[in-house]
Parts: sequence; C-alpha cells; structure tokens
Amino acid sequence: MSRSLLSLMLALVVCVGISFFGENFIASNFAYYYDILISIGVNIILATSLNLVNGYTGQFSLGHAGFMAIGAYASASWSNHLDPVIFGMLGGSESPVATNAAMFISTLFAGVLAAIAGFAVGVPSLRLKGDYLAIVTLGFGEIIRVAILNTDFLGASRGLSVAGTYTNLFWTYGSVVLCIYVVLSLVHSTYGRGFLTVRDDEVAAEAMGINTTKYKVVAFVVASFFAGVAGALYAHFKAFVTPEGFNFFRSVDVVVIVILGGMGSTIGVVLAAVLLTILPEVLRALAHTQFVPAAYQGLLENRLILYSLLLIILMLTRPQGLFGDGTAFKKWSRRSRVD
Amino acid sequence: MDKLIEMLQQLVNGVSLGSIYALIALGYTMVYGVLRFINFAHGDIYMLGAYAGYLLAPLFAHTFKFGDFDTFTPENTLFILSGAGLVMILSMAICATIGVLIERIAYRPLRERPRLNVLITAIGVSLFLQNMTQYRLGANPRAFPQLIPVHVVEGLGNLTILTSQLAIILATIVLLIILRFVVMRTKIGLAMRALSLNPTACSIMGVNNDVVISFTFALGSALAAAAGILVSMDSPSINPLMGNLPGIKAFVAAVLGGIGNIPGAALGGLIIGILETLVVAIGFPQWRDGIAFAVLIVILLFKPTGILGRVEREKV
Amino acid sequence: MGSLLKLDNCTIRFGGLTAVSAFCMEITNGELVGLIGPNGAGKTTVFNMVTGVYQPTEGEVLLAGERLNGLKPYAITGKGIARTFQNIRLFSSLTVFDNVRASFNLRLKHGPIHALTRGRAFLNEEAEIEKRTLELLKIFNLDRFREVMCKSLPYGDQRRLEIVRALATQPKLLLLDEPAAGMTPTEKSNLMKLIEFVRETFDISVLLVEHDMRVVMGICKRIYVLDHGVKIAEGPPEKIRRDPKVIEAYLGEGPS
Repeated sequence: MSRSLLSLMLALVVCVGISFFGENFIASNFAYYYDILISIGVNIILATSLNLVNGYTGQFSLGHAGFMAIGAYASASWSNHLDPVIFGMLGGSESPVATNAAMFISTLFAGVLAAIAGFAVGVPSLRLKGDYLAIVTLGFGEIIRVAILNTDFLGASRGLSVAGTYTNLFWTYGSVVLCIYVVLSLVHSTYGRGFLTVRDDEVAAEAMGINTTKYKVVAFVVASFFAGVAGALYAHFKAFVTPEGFNFFRSVDVVVIVILGGMGSTIGVVLAAVLLTILPEVLRALAHTQFVPAAYQGLLENRLILYSLLLIILMLTRPQGLFGDGTAFKKWSRRSRVD
Repeated sequence: MDKLIEMLQQLVNGVSLGSIYALIALGYTMVYGVLRFINFAHGDIYMLGAYAGYLLAPLFAHTFKFGDFDTFTPENTLFILSGAGLVMILSMAICATIGVLIERIAYRPLRERPRLNVLITAIGVSLFLQNMTQYRLGANPRAFPQLIPVHVVEGLGNLTILTSQLAIILATIVLLIILRFVVMRTKIGLAMRALSLNPTACSIMGVNNDVVISFTFALGSALAAAAGILVSMDSPSINPLMGNLPGIKAFVAAVLGGIGNIPGAALGGLIIGILETLVVAIGFPQWRDGIAFAVLIVILLFKPTGILGRVEREKV
Repeated sequence: MGSLLKLDNCTIRFGGLTAVSAFCMEITNGELVGLIGPNGAGKTTVFNMVTGVYQPTEGEVLLAGERLNGLKPYAITGKGIARTFQNIRLFSSLTVFDNVRASFNLRLKHGPIHALTRGRAFLNEEAEIEKRTLELLKIFNLDRFREVMCKSLPYGDQRRLEIVRALATQPKLLLLDEPAAGMTPTEKSNLMKLIEFVRETFDISVLLVEHDMRVVMGICKRIYVLDHGVKIAEGPPEKIRRDPKVIEAYLGEGPS
C-alpha cells in the first residue's frame, strides 16, 4: 500500500483515539472550546473543498452554502425517518455501533446527494466564465435555500429538528482528514495537474488534450460532496437547522477563508479556517475587556463589518492571501475583450 | 370586462415594480459597460438612498408639510411634488457622491489588476455598507416618512392604482428621458459610450477615462437612490438589508436585457417586474423571489448575451 | 506517403467578415510545410480551424481521412494534432516539469479514483510518466530546469518548452505558430535545426506559420501563401520566392 494511504489510515486512527479517550472529558469540562473545535472542523472541510474549485481550478463559486444546506437537510431527514430502522437492526439507540452506523450512513447520504446536486448545477453552469459563474452559483445557492424555505416536509421557515447529535471529534476530524487527503491526493498527481492548467490557461489546456469542462465538473462535484458532509456534521451537532443558516453570507464566509488562506494552498486555507473561526470569539472576548471603549464594543462584535473590511484591505494589499501565489487571480488578467 | 381590468391592474403593478428594477439595473449595466465589472455593492446604494431620504425628510418636514396632506388636489400637487422632489434630488446627490467615493477608494486601485480581485472587493464593500448601516441605525426596520399622500387615484373606475405607483412610473419615465439625453446628446455621454467600446482608443483620443468612469458611477448611483426613495414612498418600511434582493433581481434584469446595454436594462427591469407580479397573481407567492433566479439561470444557459446584447469573442 | 492533414475548401466567416475563403491544403506524413502571408492574412485562423478552436463555416478538415469538423479542441489533440501559440501560453503556475507532465493527461490510464487509492498500477504509471517527461526535457536540454517555474525561463527556452509540451501529447502533426517571433538570429538558426530535429526524431509532420522568410525558406519543403484569407500561391520555396503574386502581397517586406 502506498505511503500516503498509510498516512491517511494513521491519521484516522489518531482521530479515533482522541475521540475515544478524550471526547467526554473535553465535551463536559471545556464545552465552549469543544463547540469551537467542532466549528473549526466544519469550516476546514468547507474551505478545503471550496479551495479545490476556487483555488486550484480557478472557478469562482459563490454558492457553497447551498450544497451544505442540501447535506444538512438530507442527513437530517434521513436520521429523522430512518434511524429507528437502523437502531432496530443494530441494538437500540444507546448502542455505539448503532449511533455510529447511523451517523455514517446519514453523512454518506448527505454527501452523495450534495454531489448529485453539484453535478446538476455544475454541468450547465461551468461553461460560464468569471463574473457570470459567480452570479449563477450565487443564484443556485439562493434557489436551493428558497426551495427549502418553501418545502413543508423540511420544516420550511420554522426549521427542522435533527434526531441524534452524533457529531463528535472523531466524525468531525475524521472527515477533515479525509477531505484534506482527497483534495491533496487528487491535486498532486498527473491527473491533478489538469486542474491547475484549467486555472492557468484554458485555451492552452484544451490544446494539450485536457477536457476542461470535465475537470471543472469533477472539482465541483467533489467539493459539493464535502460541503454536504460538512452540512451533515453541522446538522447533527446543532440538532436544528434553518434555511437562513445557509444563505449567501455563509457562502461568503467560506470564500473569505479561501481567499485569506491563499487560493491554491491547502495548508493556508486550513490555517485560515482555524483563524477565522477563532477570530470572532477572540474579538468578542476582547470587546468586553477594559482595553476597548464601550462605544466600539459593538463594532468588534459585528463579525461582518470586520470581515468586509478584511476583504477590502486584503484585496487592496495582499490578494494572494497568507500562503497563495496569486495565480488564481492572474487567470482573469487577460481581459476577454476584443480590443 | 372584469378580466381585462384585472389584467390591466396586474400590468400596472408589474410596471411599477419593474420601474424600480429598471432604475437599479441601469446602474449595473452602465458600470459594466465602462469597466466590465459587476458592482456587487450597487444594491446597497439603493438602500442608502432610502436611508438618506429617511434622514433628510425631517429637515424639510416643516417647510413642505410632509404628512399633512391627505390627498392630492390641483392646488397642492405642485407643492407636494417639489417637496418630495427636493428630498429625492438631495438623496440622489448624496448617493452619487458615495458611489464616486467607493469607486475612487476601493475599485480604482484595482483597475489594472485581475477582475476577480475587484469582484471580491465589491462583495466586501456591499457587506460593509449593509452592516455599518445596521450598526449605526439598527437592524430593525424604520418607517419612511410620508412625502406624498398615498391614496387610490381617482377617476379610474375599478382600476386600483395608488398615487405612489403613479409617482414611480412617472418619475422613472422622466429619469429615463433625462438619461437618454445625457447618454446620447452630451459629450460625456458620448465618452461613456466610447469607453464601453474601446477604452484604449478613448484615452488616446484625449478622454479622461477616470472622469468618465466616476461620472458613470455617479449617474448609476443617483438612479439607484431615486429608486430607493420611490419604492419607500410606496412601501414605507426600510431596513439595512433591503438592497439585497432588489439588487440581485435588478442585476438579473440587466443581464436579461443584455449587460452593458442601456435600453436593455430598462427593458429587463420591466420584464422582471411584470413576471414577478404575474407569478404572485397566478397563485405562487412563495416563488416571487425565485422567479428572478430562474430567469437568470435560463438566460445564462441559453442566451448569455441577453435580449439586446452583443457577443464578445476572446482572441486566441 | 499517405495524406495526413487535408483541408477541403475551408471557409470561415465571422458575421459579415470572411476571414478565410475556400482554403485547400494537404500535408503528407513526415512533411515540413510552411504557411505564410502578410499580417491579418488568416494564418492563425487556419490554425484555429484545424485545432477546433473555430468551426469552419464551410468545408472539411480531415486527419488521415477522418473528419474533424465539430470536434472540441481537446478531442482533436487526442486524434494527434498538437500546437504552440503565437503568444506563449505556458501554464504559469506550474514548473517546467509539470508543464510537460500535464500533457500526459491525454493518455492517462489511471485517473482520479486511482489518484485516491494510490495502488500499484497508479504508482507505476506515475513513475513511467516521470521518466518520459525527464527524457523529453533532456532531449531539449531543459532537464536542468525541471523544478524551475516556467515563467522564470529565458524567452527562447520558454518557446522550446512549449514545443516540448506539445510533443508530450504524442502528436502526428505539430502546428507551430510563429515560433521564431522575438528571437535573435542565432536563436533562429538553432530553432531551424530544432524543428528539423523534431520532425526526424519523432517522425511527425510539421505545419509552420512564420514571418521570417529565412526560417521558412530554409526548412520548409512546401509553402502555402495566404493573403486576405485566400490562397495565392503554393509550392516549393524556389517557386514561391519568385512568384509575382507573393511578392506583390509582401510589397515592401524583404527577407529579414
């Protein structure tokens, strides 16, 4: 077996270990940090998967939250209706085998459904370029949200309760490890170089025999799968989902992380995800210390004002983010105008 | 006969709504025309226009007796309209300035850089405007002051048209006429049109591209502000996020008409407004927002250049 | 010697403009053919028709008898036609090595799934690709730059890299679009030797678009001349050199 596959197995074993021994301890004594840890994991999965599309393949997708929504609602519905069946077969709702099987199946279902949606959205949309692709993906994200909002079976605007809070450190970080493994193994292969060629120069890539549309769709589907997984993790953590939680702002959240990390750098994106998940908490804590005059407390607590300023300043001063090489941006430097 | 009245009614509703979208769409299309850039923050200028009116109106409330009149009469019409008009013009001026400032600070430095950068910056600006407004003026909806008396227009029988709707439609017509004049008959309008075709040639011919671009932003922002005021006369609840949905629908309208094409934006706006009204009239009110997205996807898949747009080829 | 590429009365119109009109061309196996003409004559347009970037409005493009009309560019490359570009289009974020390696995607047997499972077969194929990439780079003296970002290479080397990248797709026909542009006389002489070397070593046909007459007359066995989208002459260099129509089309331009 190859080295990288072995590393994957090892990482997963470590996750199991930490979860097995440390889970309850952390969850009960450090509940606040436990929450943050899970959130970090979810954001890493979202950002790493989006990075495959936006960073490595150079396609600007603004609808990632839509696929997360599909995953969240899919796994929620699945669990709500089919968990009792699984429990019946595997020894009841208290049995760890049963709960873990339930989590696995509902998460897999979420990912697959999100991937199918990714395919359906990707095939027609990915022939569009730059600004247009951004708007269409934004549009699809909103359509998904509006569709859920209008579906009574999914709780519509009331939201949907989720049976079973199965999300724990193992599932979260196991998925993180899997996601990073998939993205890195794909990209660091001869096949994977194809993604980068699509980003750098589509015309030249096609001339070298690379089916650029296929690559874009593959990236999109893989990314959507993991967005779905992230959604499932989120659903089984919060035990309650609403369409509002998956709106355009959520997509922007992920885009900011990808840009800050440097599009096309998985390490950068992982670090950025950690940073940007912790940042609002830090600022909130800071806002209440004596260093900050009362007048500015609200400003610090308002994540979006800071995000937006961060975005603007980043673009003006360091568009390549922390670790990127700015290549994803160069793609659009050749203006497609008939001058 | 009733059916006809019903249809006419919905048509008027649709045109009124569509006029708002048209005014906002014009800003998107003009900026895209000169810069090939989608100004994500444009919808928030519309919101700022409404808020500007909200903050300005109290200053003139005494002079123009806002809210004191119940109906339009031949004697008071001119007076009312001048009061509302003043607030609208001032709001347009303020937003025009804001638009120019945003371009100067956030977009101009990135002009030579890849388009993706400035697209992201625009998203940042949009979020900033929304959340700053929310921070300073609260997230709760505010009641827009009554600038004109709102009542059913008399003498139309069973046709229920509100004075506010009439105001929207008439104001839009006036603004479109002025816009057409500026674009087709003034030097700067000519410069705008030339710039949208070939910026390099423009600067060689002595056009100050920066000035023309600033002017374009000012013009687009002014129209969006007008839309903000007009819509608030009709539907007086304003909130910091009110620019989101109309913004994206107006963008769809601009794309529908052919992005970069000015008559196209007006046409697109009207079509979207009428479609949206129809969807609700037929009995699917929950899809009123979704219809614009559906239109967007259909256009981009089948005719991305829009109804009146041109194809641009990449040179290989 | 079989016919490899045949353009049969190819016409292409863009709106009201006819860029190329009823163009006929035939290239046999192993031939080195030139395509010349004044600026704007339509030479790159012909390239784009052959490679599928544009579809001919009328006429057929045939490769070894097989019709190429309607195929997408990547499919045409799959059939055995590779090209370089007038303005060098390397993959700017990739190293010299990866630029060539990327071209092996075309005939990759072990795709994305295998990249994930990383089994024996996958690893073997990757090793094979690495070997062949290095071999190619070595032949063209670029192997010492393998880890260098391609954008850092000197201009002449970048042009050479583009040719290597195209060769990695194992083409039967190589289209070179003004490869001598921007080169010094010495570089041009080396380029001429390189093109002939490529033709012989890889046993392929070459279609060369060039402005530099010395290069074209020096290595091409036959030359087609295009002016305003119409073929005005065809034949060996000596004949073309003396053709009055060609001289007239180039009035004012001499060999550089």
